[in-house]
Amino acid sequence: MIEMEVVYSRPESFTPTTTHYCPGCTHGTAHRLVAEVLDEMGIREKTIGVAPVGCSVFAYDYFNHDFVEAAHGRAPAMATGIKRVRPNNTVYTYQGDGDLASIGMAEIVHAAIRGENITVIFINNAIYGMTGGQMAPTTLPGMRTTSSPNGRDVEVMGYPVRMSEMLSTIDGTSYSVRRSLHNPANIRKSKKAIRRAFEVQERGMGFAMVELLSSCPTNLKFTPSEALNFIEEQMVPYYPLGDYKVAPEVKALKV
Amino acid sequence: MALKGTIEVDQMHCKGCSLCVEACPQNVIALDMEHLTPKGYHPAMLIAEGCTGCVICAVVCPDAAITVYREKRKKK
Repeated sequence: MIEMEVVYSRPESFTPTTTHYCPGCTHGTAHRLVAEVLDEMGIREKTIGVAPVGCSVFAYDYFNHDFVEAAHGRAPAMATGIKRVRPNNTVYTYQGDGDLASIGMAEIVHAAIRGENITVIFINNAIYGMTGGQMAPTTLPGMRTTSSPNGRDVEVMGYPVRMSEMLSTIDGTSYSVRRSLHNPANIRKSKKAIRRAFEVQERGMGFAMVELLSSCPTNLKFTPSEALNFIEEQMVPYYPLGDYKVAPEVKALKV
Repeated sequence: MALKGTIEVDQMHCKGCSLCVEACPQNVIALDMEHLTPKGYHPAMLIAEGCTGCVICAVVCPDAAITVYREKRKKK
């Protein structure tokens, strides 16, 4: 009789609820990575998440720890308040590109400028998923969406914003990196980055953001695996993966 | 010899996105076209011997639907 052991099971930080995400949406992957990191660090009981508006608006139903829902784009502002009142709790925001890079641009930039001791998980899928696939600030030039049916014309609609690079220029930022969720190797790297971002907060080292390139099979009108190819072939060249700012003390962290 | 493993797919959570089917290095996962989950998707299932319990299917699964078991390593 061969003895079997469990090598992977659903993280404890997840509730048994099924998610409302479309099949193959990497929001689920990002949720799972956060849940795994919270489990590994053993900080689930003292963690407070802040949910955004967007596809991940119901994130509070899926995580088995305290969660609050912020007004559209205002998650960093809300997280700032929670962290200042309850400095011993771990506070993170989970935001999409429509939330963080569009309506919430002021909040995220100023949270970074103040060097707030919070962790931000930023999901960049280059489109507004929840409202039906409109053009987001991160939509690639020439990309067709429901509100740019002839492709994003940069002459009229401007250029996409690269958040990790932008926030890396701010002194208050300690950790600003971009990772992707398109294959197992990159998913593992993403998890390491999320772990580091939470460790930064645990040690009070300041503002940490992890940007994750994500897919939206439904609104990009791809199959789940084609959507991952889209990340690899189209998004990664425009949004290069890498560490944009790692403060020296964060670099010295052994995780 | 490679270690033996097996997977268990949670029918409530699997949405049949087939990311695990494509990621499986041993090509032993496929969608079960004979059955539907309570939500109406064709769930992923193990179709052949050869699973090594490498956890790659669970790493790519967006819905954390897969539990992976592996043969216990013998203590030296």
